[in-house]
Amino acid sequence: MRITCPHCGERDRREFYYQGDAVALARPAPDAGAQAWDDYLHNRDNPAGDTQDLWFHEAGCGAWIVVTRNTVTHAVADTKLAAMVKR
Amino acid sequence: MTEVTLDRIMSAAPFAGLTKPASAALKEQIGLGLSAPGRAISNRRARVIWAGQRMWLVAADVALDGLAAVTDQSDAWAILRIEGPGVVDVLARLVPIDLRADHFKGGHTARTMLGHMSVGITRVGAQAFEVMAMRSMAATLVHELQSAAENVAAR
Ligand SMILES: [Zn+2]
Repeated sequence: MRITCPHCGERDRREFYYQGDAVALARPAPDAGAQAWDDYLHNRDNPAGDTQDLWFHEAGCGAWIVVTRNTVTHAVADTKLAAMVKR
Repeated sequence: MTEVTLDRIMSAAPFAGLTKPASAALKEQIGLGLSAPGRAISNRRARVIWAGQRMWLVAADVALDGLAAVTDQSDAWAILRIEGPGVVDVLARLVPIDLRADHFKGGHTARTMLGHMSVGITRVGAQAFEVMAMRSMAATLVHELQSAAENVAAR
């Protein structure tokens, strides 16, 4: 598996650390309520199809990257710097 | 394979939104601004090596007060120059990126891995590279490169 880092270009998967669902980019407001916070902390979809993850270019430039990939075909559709994604 | 010693290595990490003014201030001090991602630049006085997202290593004494976080890392890095006709074949055994000359040209630099180590690699000549690693990994770096070179030579 190869991931295209927006800074470094296409790199081997072993340079990256997998963090998990990109839900961390949609942090609820402090007063959003218990349900929203429960969802944010504990509940994740398990889609057959496109999903967004956060990957860390640990052995590269140190950027957090939002990777859109397909869990069925394993195709990576898009990569963006997390720093550039609107929160 | 020879050790490269730089008298000063300062890391410069511009504060949010201040990359351009930090680059301009740097240019005034040493004649070089902040290089593009994946690029290393130099003049007779100094060198600027891109070292990651919003991070550069500057081989010179610089002050960027209010513009960037600057940290003296002079003793933190071990740098080896590796040179010769088989240098790309040797590095190809250890590094997961394509360092051949048509792809990785003079002045190109990359943060990547050498074996299990995080390193910075810069092409400094047609058959020469500099590899930077954390100083605590210096012996491992030498060992890895030496073994790979011996294995290439034995083919
Ligand atoms: Zn990167």
